[in-house]
Amino acid sequence: MPEHISINASTVDPVVAEALAAIAAAPDIAALRASRNATVGEQSAIAKLNAALKNLPHEEKAAAGALIGQARGELNAAFAAREAELSKADEVAKLAAESVDVTAAAVPAGIGARHPLSLLQDQISDIFVGMGWEIAEGPELESEWFNFDALNFDVDHPARAMQDTFFVDPVDSHLVLRTHTSPVQVRSLLERELPVYVLCPGRVFRTDELDATHTPVFHQVEGLAIDKGLTMADLRGTLEHFARAMFGEEAKIRLRPSFFPFTEPSAELDVWHPGAKGGARWVEWGGCGMVNPNVLRAAGIDAEQFQGFAFGMGIERTLMFRNGVLDMHDMVEADVRFSQQFGVVL
Amino acid sequence: MRVPLSWLAEAATLRSNSTAESVMAELVKIGLEEEGVHSFGLTGPLVVGEVLEFVAEPQSNGKTIRWCQVRVAPAGAKAADGGEDVRGIVCGAGNFEVGDKVVVCLPGAFLPGDFKIAARSTYGHISDGMMASARELGISDDHAGIIRLHEMGLDPKVGTDAMELLNLADVAAEVNVTPDRGYCFSIRGVAREYSHATNTLFRDPIGHAQPEHVEGFSVQIADQAPIRDQVGCDRFYVRAVKELDATVPTPAWMVTRLKLAGMRSISLIVDITNYVMLELGQPLHAYDLDKLKGGITVRRANSGETLKTLDGQVRKLDTEDLLITDESGAIGLAGVMGGESTEVSSTTKNVLIEAAHFDPITIARSARRHKLPSEASKRFERGVDPQVAPYAVARVIQLLEVHAKGAGQNLGADLNNLPGVAAVELPAGFAAALVGVDYTDDEIVTALEAIGCVVARVEGGFEVIPPSWRPDLRHKTDLVEEVARINGYDRIPASLPVAPPGRGLTKRQKSRRAVLTSLVGDSMTEVLNYPFLSETENRWFASDSASAVRLANAMQEESSELRLSLLPALIQAAARNLSRGITDLALFEEGSVFLPDGQVAKTADLPSGTTMPTAAQLAELEATIPDQPRHLAGLLLGDRVQAQVGVAAVEYDYSDAIHAARLVARAVGLELTTRQAAPKGYHPGRTAELVVQTGEDIAVIGFAGELDPALALENNLPRRVGAFEINLEKLYAVAPDVITATPIYNYPAATQDLSVVVDATLPAAELLSVIRAGAGELLEQVRLIDDYRGQNVADGKKSLTFALRFRATDRTLTQAEATAAKDDAVALAKEKFGAELRA
Repeated sequence: MPEHISINASTVDPVVAEALAAIAAAPDIAALRASRNATVGEQSAIAKLNAALKNLPHEEKAAAGALIGQARGELNAAFAAREAELSKADEVAKLAAESVDVTAAAVPAGIGARHPLSLLQDQISDIFVGMGWEIAEGPELESEWFNFDALNFDVDHPARAMQDTFFVDPVDSHLVLRTHTSPVQVRSLLERELPVYVLCPGRVFRTDELDATHTPVFHQVEGLAIDKGLTMADLRGTLEHFARAMFGEEAKIRLRPSFFPFTEPSAELDVWHPGAKGGARWVEWGGCGMVNPNVLRAAGIDAEQFQGFAFGMGIERTLMFRNGVLDMHDMVEADVRFSQQFGVVL
Repeated sequence: MRVPLSWLAEAATLRSNSTAESVMAELVKIGLEEEGVHSFGLTGPLVVGEVLEFVAEPQSNGKTIRWCQVRVAPAGAKAADGGEDVRGIVCGAGNFEVGDKVVVCLPGAFLPGDFKIAARSTYGHISDGMMASARELGISDDHAGIIRLHEMGLDPKVGTDAMELLNLADVAAEVNVTPDRGYCFSIRGVAREYSHATNTLFRDPIGHAQPEHVEGFSVQIADQAPIRDQVGCDRFYVRAVKELDATVPTPAWMVTRLKLAGMRSISLIVDITNYVMLELGQPLHAYDLDKLKGGITVRRANSGETLKTLDGQVRKLDTEDLLITDESGAIGLAGVMGGESTEVSSTTKNVLIEAAHFDPITIARSARRHKLPSEASKRFERGVDPQVAPYAVARVIQLLEVHAKGAGQNLGADLNNLPGVAAVELPAGFAAALVGVDYTDDEIVTALEAIGCVVARVEGGFEVIPPSWRPDLRHKTDLVEEVARINGYDRIPASLPVAPPGRGLTKRQKSRRAVLTSLVGDSMTEVLNYPFLSETENRWFASDSASAVRLANAMQEESSELRLSLLPALIQAAARNLSRGITDLALFEEGSVFLPDGQVAKTADLPSGTTMPTAAQLAELEATIPDQPRHLAGLLLGDRVQAQVGVAAVEYDYSDAIHAARLVARAVGLELTTRQAAPKGYHPGRTAELVVQTGEDIAVIGFAGELDPALALENNLPRRVGAFEINLEKLYAVAPDVITATPIYNYPAATQDLSVVVDATLPAAELLSVIRAGAGELLEQVRLIDDYRGQNVADGKKSLTFALRFRATDRTLTQAEATAAKDDAVALAKEKFGAELRA
């Protein structure tokens, strides 16, 4: 004969109170979970009361069952709430334990960088590609014909002597390290269909000793446009657009008469550099002019029908005044610190 | 060209407070670029003093000084510095007498080099000023003693401002003269340009002296070998001056003007010819008439002929050299330098002044051949006004008459074979069409007349006869430049031309950028090195017999070859960084190497630049130019990962070099495979040959591994240096134009590991490719994850473990299917290499 347990508030309430106290007293999530059986599980006092229900007289079962059900609901809710509370605290503790000094994060690799001279050539190329121009290239070791003869430098003209050329041994191999990117003009005119709008960035060579402002190996970018009806006004407009793209909307350009064998009229080009160190000022930037008809003829072009302009500037010089580089040595000594201060932007 | 302002002011109308800077600012507008300012660097007071008395005082140091009383102002008057009229001055020089007029620098004056004059205590006296030598004033190098003004032909009053007396306050503006503007190598030319720039009056200095009739001296031009059909001389003008006194000192104002213009005073006769050359642009030569034998003949040198030039050098002449000769033989190298035998001296009484017009090319070649760039040759090369000769000689004679008491003679000759000047057609509207400015006819005519042209309006435009000093004006575009220049480049408006639609960067250009970017992403730093190497450095990676391009005029003899490889300069760059304390380095360079096909040799003469060469000529030209492929090379040394909190250092080695090469191939859409290799300069056991393939195209593009440790150590690098070099042309040639997509399948993957035992010498890559082939299409990815040798693996064998991932495109794979595929792989590996599945 099973023991008769009376189930009413006086028997249920203390059981509930005791279990609630146990749940509340659990110090951490592990203790709470370990106490599950004893507080709300199969071994709990309330479970035992529940098991005793079946022994009650039929007429008492409904009221007692409701009482037990309400109590179990209350206990389960309390357990879940406490579990949520403790697991949150547990997570917080774990996060705290995992914390590190992020300012001392490990660096898995060094920093890469482009050389600013190479980057600047790409940047200038992009400006002109955006205008529909194409990028042309040519060899650094060039035939004298492309470097001089085709550009209206007569063999005996003093302009040819003023170029400080590196000649290849034997001299009658007629090979030189190109003294400017202009031979690419000739190559472009020979190879391409008219009209031609090309930009030629590249390495050039002159027999200057390395010092703060000179280097025997340097870079130029040269532009050439040959079409019907191009004028010096188109040259100026192109240069102004270029200058603004390089130095900001405030930039402007100034042309001064000069001489180059391959252009007539010829001009020196100054740029108003709004961001110059020590305040906005005019800076010598390059040379330009209308392509000499003799150059067009050497490339087999009818100079009565087609005309156009060319311009060129030094990349080193541009980098110097645009980015405040003070000494040419920094650009040629391959010290990684120089490239790394720029990274991949100028 | 250096232009003393006082001299310029005689021909141009200078603004009242002009400075060298303001003059240059005007000249630059019309195309004469500023080069710099030259002055004597003196600040007064400098006055004329008279030595009243002196006492010679021997000193313990062996010197004898003179304690002088010098009058520096008229008696009773204040001196220029506000002080007494007589000063005690200590002087170290001993070349003067009582009564000499001298230049006294009073306290407050500054001499060149910011040397301040002040009353100072010296040798037991208060020296209240300084008596100056010519060198101290910057007039000449003469420091033998102080200036004695009577030796300069001067007897000014005591107290006279010596700065003004000697023209020492004058300054020179130096402008750069472009090769087309030979006439600007003269005061005359620069003054003309100044008048254009400022729209002020120009007074042509040829007006100083008028030519007189000359006759009676025999002159012949007998050019037996004209260059390019140009007779070497087309005008030869001479005139005699007799009974002059060659011992008279050159006037002080002339010395200082010459000095400011960059020329040294030599003797009165030579100074005057130089002075007139600077003034009018006509090179001049003075012969000692009494040393001349008979008349003058201008001819080319004979084979084997020599000439002793004014500098004392005996020069072997070339048959292209143009000579001035008399009956004794050569007496001058035309337009370059005179001969010693007829040189003027202090005893010269009678001179013959020559002003000639020589062929620019002849003179340029002679000057270059004899390495004698002179003031004369510089002018002849760029073109001298052929009409100025008689005026220049008249001016020389005028100055000789005034300063050397000579008498100009009618004895002389004017041999004039000048060709007529051809008119240049300038079509109406042509200037506007080239410059983009709608010039009026008046603007065009005014501009051209301003520069000295004679302009006639004709049907359809203008007929323009350029002035005699402008041989560069030969084409209508030359005239347009003048019209644009004189009207101002500022008038040119701006318009942006629209290029036809472009195709963007080429595949090659895009590939280059992708390659560089990928290496930067791999923590590498781009550098740019000079392409010059020594013969030895150039053979570190190339065979000893490899031909290289050699420069004829290298900056440094030890670096006269053009590079065959990018690595030697990278090694030097790495060493430079190391020496600066930067030890962890990953460098790369993209650039040209120069690979001649055998020794560079003489080639055929170049075609003319005035017409387009034929296709055959162009092909021949191109064939002379050595191959110059773009290469990419890298060097990795030190730590890839540096030691830090919780992380141990990881050193760079061959694997990083191979990885970098793999990234480069990936950047252009290619997968790299490697093969063991031992190229020169690399570690023979830790280097791979790099192979890429697209379809049928397969190429070996370079090497990656480690440097030969001996080479690394020799260059002060650590023993382990990762290195790679790739021929980008070969890479680009194989790179696909388009990457074709493979579908991505989502059925679950089955993964299996596979361990096989093979000969230890079998390259893993070969086994891997056989496993891939054997496993068939279900194999999605295979990766080598372990290489085990030792216990349970026989000697000479290794156990390689691969992780395999299988996936079917149309169903979920069963483990059994994956296992079957794996077994197929093992079977093929067994067949090819005797591989055994490891238990």
